[in-house]
Amino acid sequence: MLALHKKKRDFVGTISIWIVRIMFFSLVLALLLLLGKIVAQGIGTISFEFIFDDPKNNMTEGGIWPAIFGTIAVTFIMILLAVPLGVCSAIYLNEYAKDSFFTRIIRTSINNLAGIPSIVFGLFGLGFFILFIGRGMDEVLETGLLFGQPALIWASATLAVLVLPIVIVSTLEALNSVPKSHRDASYGLGATKWQTIKNVVLPQARPGILTGTILAISRGAGETAPILFLGAAFFLPNLPVTDLCIGDYCIPMINPAKQFMYLAYHIFILATQSSNPTKTLPIQYGSTLVLIVLTFLLNITAIIFRYRFRKSLGRL
Amino acid sequence: MKEIKIVTKDLNLYYGNKQALKNITLNIPDKRVTAFIGPSGCGKSTFLRVLNRMNDLIDNVKIEGEVSVDGVNIYDKNIDVVNLRKNIGMVFQKSNLFPKTIYENIVYGPKINGINDKKTLNEIVERTCVQSAIWDEVKDRLNENALSLSGGQQQRLCIARALAVEPEIILMDEPASALDPISTAKIEELIHDLKQKYTIVIVTHNMQQAARVSDMTAFFYLGELIEFDRTTKIFTNPSKKQTEDYVTGRFG
Repeated sequence: MLALHKKKRDFVGTISIWIVRIMFFSLVLALLLLLGKIVAQGIGTISFEFIFDDPKNNMTEGGIWPAIFGTIAVTFIMILLAVPLGVCSAIYLNEYAKDSFFTRIIRTSINNLAGIPSIVFGLFGLGFFILFIGRGMDEVLETGLLFGQPALIWASATLAVLVLPIVIVSTLEALNSVPKSHRDASYGLGATKWQTIKNVVLPQARPGILTGTILAISRGAGETAPILFLGAAFFLPNLPVTDLCIGDYCIPMINPAKQFMYLAYHIFILATQSSNPTKTLPIQYGSTLVLIVLTFLLNITAIIFRYRFRKSLGRL
Repeated sequence: MKEIKIVTKDLNLYYGNKQALKNITLNIPDKRVTAFIGPSGCGKSTFLRVLNRMNDLIDNVKIEGEVSVDGVNIYDKNIDVVNLRKNIGMVFQKSNLFPKTIYENIVYGPKINGINDKKTLNEIVERTCVQSAIWDEVKDRLNENALSLSGGQQQRLCIARALAVEPEIILMDEPASALDPISTAKIEELIHDLKQKYTIVIVTHNMQQAARVSDMTAFFYLGELIEFDRTTKIFTNPSKKQTEDYVTGRFG
């Protein structure tokens, strides 16, 4: 006779599915509550003046423009430093380096690096970039105290080191996912290794590399701890900008030697060291909303790029 | 018999400690189709990849003996592998077109070899597509993604892509094994046309295919070359018992 009745294992299966479902929905709920509260409380604060004004009156009034600008500037330079370095390292590791004990140690170290608390990177940045490199440059170039102090470039460099593992690991995965058969096809047509990498491997790995960059942007823009000692200022209405002049023609450029305000740090300051908590609370919500929207916009841009690249590969 | 194009002499190949090819001595004639047959793992594909040094790309491969094309030892240290592979085209078991347009796939080889003139490239595309009997099917859609073609069309486009670098020899590693009978027939017809101009070496699992397309057949077994002769002889009157057992389907 056929066993057509429901069995005990169906019951176990149903329970398991429900546990997974509940877990999932509680996570979604928590996320929605968090975002909902930030949006609900922050949206009232957002205005043209809030975005484009300087903080005023001991940061209990005014806007957050210097912090927004500082965040974009630091993140931008961080990407300029981290992406080429990370992508090149990954290309070397995946395409050129022989699989040996040494390269395996390097791969493991890169993975471990991603798990180090960010405050450690902050201390590393202080010790390595400011005290070692900066002061070293000051001594060698006899510039007094010029390089050896907190500055935008050192903060960007430290964040770059922080996000480097993310960039490298995602690039490695992207390179690995390019089928061997495509490399064979290229070599079979008389391509050199570099021609194969440039024309076949990299175009196909580009969406994956961009994913790494997206993750790096989000991570870098949201970090507070690493930049505590590296140039993030409590209050600094002057933007880290200097006019770069060629003859009479001047354009404002990001000055990497200056200190800067930073959104994530600004929120931290407002939350811990406010002179008037009731008055700064709306600003805090507003800044948080702006930070979230900013990372979201950066991510969207990168996702659009990734979509385009994938489409051009015919994968969609 | 025609002129000899490729000569191998006492060729041994090792993957680490495992010997994959044993003392292969073989003369492949010019402008003829030579088929390699044998059961899986007999070394026929490995041997094919010896001929354009594709095995160089695998770690731990050691090759002893001599392989010469037109009398030149291709394993000599003065040989430019990149140039060698330009002269010896390869078509693989599964179509491995790049995720680019049909046009870009064909001009990939010429472009990396320094041809950038638009008109020349257009001519190459048309010539190779006509040669590989796919021109009528792709001429109106050269700027579409190559992966939108059917399996059989993709494989013929792979052949067109290989022809674009103007090789003298074309190596084919089971080019029709993943195709339906109609596409297979087209590829076989194509091979027949191509041997007017090219020396073709084809690895195949399909014995009827070897009998249909090739002039010479080599039977490999466990890394050894058991027998090499005219195809008609191999399939009707082989001189070795093992060959006879294999071609009559008693093992393999």
